Amino acid sequence: MKVPSTITALVVGITLTLASLWIGQNHGLMPVSASFEAKKIDDLFNAMMAISAGLFFIVQGAILYSVFFFRRRPGDDTDAAPIEGNVPLEILWTAVPTVIVMWLAVYSFDVYKAVDGGNAIGSNHMAHQHAPTMASMPGSAMAAAMPSGGSLFSNPLAAPPISSGDNAAQEPLVVNVQGLQYAWIMTYPETGIVSGELRLPQNRPVRLNISANDVIHAFWVPEFRLKQDAIPGQETHLSFTPNRIGTYPLICAELCGAYHGGMNTRVIVQSPEEYQAWEESQKTVATKDPVTVAALIHDEAMASQVKAMGFGSDHSVMNHLRHEAISMAEVVQIAQSL
Amino acid sequence: MQGSIADQSSIDLTHSEAAAPAAASQHAEHPDLRLFGFILFLTSESMLFLGLFVAYLTFRSVATSWPPAGTPDLELLLPGINTVILLSSSLVIHKADDAVKANDIAGMRRWFLITMAMGITFLAGQLYEYAHLEFGLKTNLFSSTFYVLTGFHGLHVMVGVILMSIVLWRSRTPGHYSSEKHFGVEAAEIYWHFVDVIWVLLFLLLYIL
Amino acid sequence: MTQAELSDPRQLEPLVEADNGSNWREYFSFSTDHKVIGIQYLVTSFVFYLIGGVLAELVRTELATPQVDFVSRETYNALFTIHATIMIFLWIIPTLTGGFGNFLIPLMIGARDMAFPRLNAIAFWMIPPAGILLLCSFFVGPASAGWTSYPPLSLTVNKAGEAIWIAGVIVLGTSSIMAGLNFVVTILKMRIPSMPIKKMPLFCWAMLATSALQLTATPVLTGAMILLGFDLLVGTAFFNPTGGGDPIVYQHMFWFYSHPAVYIMILPAFGMISEILPVHARKPIFGYLAIAYSSIAISFLGLIVWAHHMFTSGTPDWLRMFFMIATMVIAVPTGIKVFSWVATIWGGKLRLNSAMLFAIGFVSMFVVGGLSGIMVASVPFDIHVHDTYFIVAHLHYVLFGGSVFGIYAGMYHWFPKITGRLLDETWGKIHFALTFVGFNLTFLPMHVLGLQGMNRRVAEYDPKFATINMICTIGSYILAVSTIPFVINAIWSWSKGKIAGDNPWNALTLEWLTTSPPPVENFHVDPVLTTGPYDYGYEEEEEALVS
Repeated sequence: MKVPSTITALVVGITLTLASLWIGQNHGLMPVSASFEAKKIDDLFNAMMAISAGLFFIVQGAILYSVFFFRRRPGDDTDAAPIEGNVPLEILWTAVPTVIVMWLAVYSFDVYKAVDGGNAIGSNHMAHQHAPTMASMPGSAMAAAMPSGGSLFSNPLAAPPISSGDNAAQEPLVVNVQGLQYAWIMTYPETGIVSGELRLPQNRPVRLNISANDVIHAFWVPEFRLKQDAIPGQETHLSFTPNRIGTYPLICAELCGAYHGGMNTRVIVQSPEEYQAWEESQKTVATKDPVTVAALIHDEAMASQVKAMGFGSDHSVMNHLRHEAISMAEVVQIAQSL
Repeated sequence: MQGSIADQSSIDLTHSEAAAPAAASQHAEHPDLRLFGFILFLTSESMLFLGLFVAYLTFRSVATSWPPAGTPDLELLLPGINTVILLSSSLVIHKADDAVKANDIAGMRRWFLITMAMGITFLAGQLYEYAHLEFGLKTNLFSSTFYVLTGFHGLHVMVGVILMSIVLWRSRTPGHYSSEKHFGVEAAEIYWHFVDVIWVLLFLLLYIL
Repeated sequence: MTQAELSDPRQLEPLVEADNGSNWREYFSFSTDHKVIGIQYLVTSFVFYLIGGVLAELVRTELATPQVDFVSRETYNALFTIHATIMIFLWIIPTLTGGFGNFLIPLMIGARDMAFPRLNAIAFWMIPPAGILLLCSFFVGPASAGWTSYPPLSLTVNKAGEAIWIAGVIVLGTSSIMAGLNFVVTILKMRIPSMPIKKMPLFCWAMLATSALQLTATPVLTGAMILLGFDLLVGTAFFNPTGGGDPIVYQHMFWFYSHPAVYIMILPAFGMISEILPVHARKPIFGYLAIAYSSIAISFLGLIVWAHHMFTSGTPDWLRMFFMIATMVIAVPTGIKVFSWVATIWGGKLRLNSAMLFAIGFVSMFVVGGLSGIMVASVPFDIHVHDTYFIVAHLHYVLFGGSVFGIYAGMYHWFPKITGRLLDETWGKIHFALTFVGFNLTFLPMHVLGLQGMNRRVAEYDPKFATINMICTIGSYILAVSTIPFVINAIWSWSKGKIAGDNPWNALTLEWLTTSPPPVENFHVDPVLTTGPYDYGYEEEEEALVS
């Protein structure tokens, strides 16, 4: 019991630091990371976890210590020593958090720039080729009626022109993602494929042009650590590079109505070869039978026809429809099976 | 006994803060804070207008053309005259304040009446303009903001006129207002100036900018 | 009541009886006594808390399993919408500002009442009708676009309920503005002459900062509600993209109020904790000025961080960076407070009664919410967790672990002043233990849910989250049970509890100098300040010097 207090403090300090660092690396709270961006965000989160764990231990430790060791003894009605403050200590606990949050802000800014979740900063953008697709999509009258200018608060829409000599492998795959109650529709402008799921080749940059038809939705893939609202009336973007083959949930994160919880689909990251094969198969489907989910939902005549069959925009049907571009006959089959 | 305590307290408390001058309640001991409170209220109120103004400016900056194509031009003459009337009424109501400070209650009443007349003229002009505008509330985003902003301001002008009529009504009692004690007069005046300032900003935003 | 009855032996404490026994009708009247209004606020909003709690339990019951099997999806959305609205506008804000603020502020500054007693009463009486209106919307299909009520969704579902919701929010906002105005004037102008502003109890500082926020931020919400109301009822298109409007403008206007609202809900609790800790630690508050000024700093910074709720709304980069940095800076004054509280209890002589347990629990739980708050301020991380259960966990650590723990601490601490009787300590400790366990069991696992990929506001979810959700639901049931001992304790102690005396805690702030409960007009003799609000321990020091 003769350990000097400085040594005790040192030991406690080192233990706390080590424990915090360990927690920062081994909390295991995040799902698998499936994009290059996710790794950077995980590193940031790990750093924040370590700092938070340290602060948590210090404050809770001091509280618990006080509760156990500074309890009033029975019968002792006197007051404690009047200590009203301690200027160096107060400067310390103002300065240290200031430094920490400033460092965190700079670090976050760096990660944000690297992740390029929003846009505008990075250079790997190409002109979005959504204009013809949007216009050719039946029933997108609403989109046409919307003001074409970007919002003051939205990302600058102006993207740099395509540099034609780019390496094909580095050229981002553009996908138009449209949210509507209660499904996601992916359109691949290069091939004209329309799908209810998002298929992406591994290691190729992707650029999503995200829009919404009715209310605000949000595109979220936890394994990519990326989220972007889909806002009716203005287009938003997301750029990333998936790097892990697998199937991940694509979730609507912004409350969009009663079936918000069911507005999920899948993101399938495939090897470039598999992706190529899928692309080919879809092209043939597309030429064989032009009726796709998107058309089904958008085309008014079709929609009323579907409605007449008694399932309209019923959620359970949407659930079945959302995965693949399917033919009208299959829709009828599904409807009858329900 | 307890009942009487309660009664007495409720009487005291209900009247303590009222504009009633002679209420010799225990609360009269603290200085009159109503003016301070009123100014705070107007600060809060101006935040409401500020919010609406900024929303308007945002809509404007987002739009590709403003006002949206097809919006008929706004006539400037009538609102211009209206603006002059409202602005000069601020000077008139200030004369009322001078009058009450000189214990000239009759003068105060006269200036208040003139201000009220000017305010009502402004409202009438506003209604006339509404009736002759070629766009309605739902025509487009500009027309919606136009009607909501001017209408909301018009509501405030109306409240100002009502405030003045309350002051006029109360001033029938001799001694209700004096050079020493005229919170009602001052409040109505400050409110009127506030409504004026809001109008100037509105006019600049909607008609000039 | 007659003279004869006064000689009844049971009437040893005539003031106690006079103020709460036979005059119960006063609490249903348009009383202008700040103490009556304070109690009206406390009781009314506690009733709404219980109602909001029932809604929360229904939500958690639905979430016990991954399927939609308890209520319909539409009802589910309505449940969490009304739950949030009630908890924010009808429980935390009215209890902290209206309830404790009203009861304590005039007493703490030695005033006889609030500056504008009638305005005060009007502000209170706007609350019950608005609350009942909101609840009645269940008959027409209540608002179900979340308490944020983002258009265009809010313009499309349950229009009648949404209209009621808008009306309710406008009325409650107006009430809140009136209360804030009253507090600013009262605190600045009605202190006894011997109390300079730097000798005010810290709760007054906190209320000053809160009221400033109520005055500046709430009107903007009213503006947003007016425009939303026009869109909903008249068919204009301010926020509706179909007609050329911009839904993002609504989000800015909404959060310009609703982020400061978070500080409206936590600053008074900060103030109460700064009162309670020194009293029961028998030690002066550590760093009085730092705590006082940090309240003002938080209030100011709170006005310029709103867009951190919109990091995924397509906000431009420079705005995201600005709001990220501003948000992180708030951690500094907040940290100052937390460290000062810990330093206050460090080396004290702690009386670990229920009030102190809740106060320490507040600091402990708020730290968790504060740390996750710094995390979500970071844009790249927030992009991942925005609109997930991580946010739900974070906000409940701040608003339940923070505000509600603070409210309970305040209830145990000032109940003797309000009623003249002490709350029972045994039941109080049971209440604390149940609340603490239930709270952490409910909300701690939610952090994991959010990080792993569970979005919020869903009635159905991926079955892989079923176990954790079941734990949360069990925790929420414990939390529900935890209110029972408190309700029984409060009702029983109000009439039968141990007589408290004027100053059961040996506290130094002015409210303890008068009788419990205080008489009409608060003080029989005008109080004069002889010590600072937290000058504990100086007597002992002097005695030690003498001997």
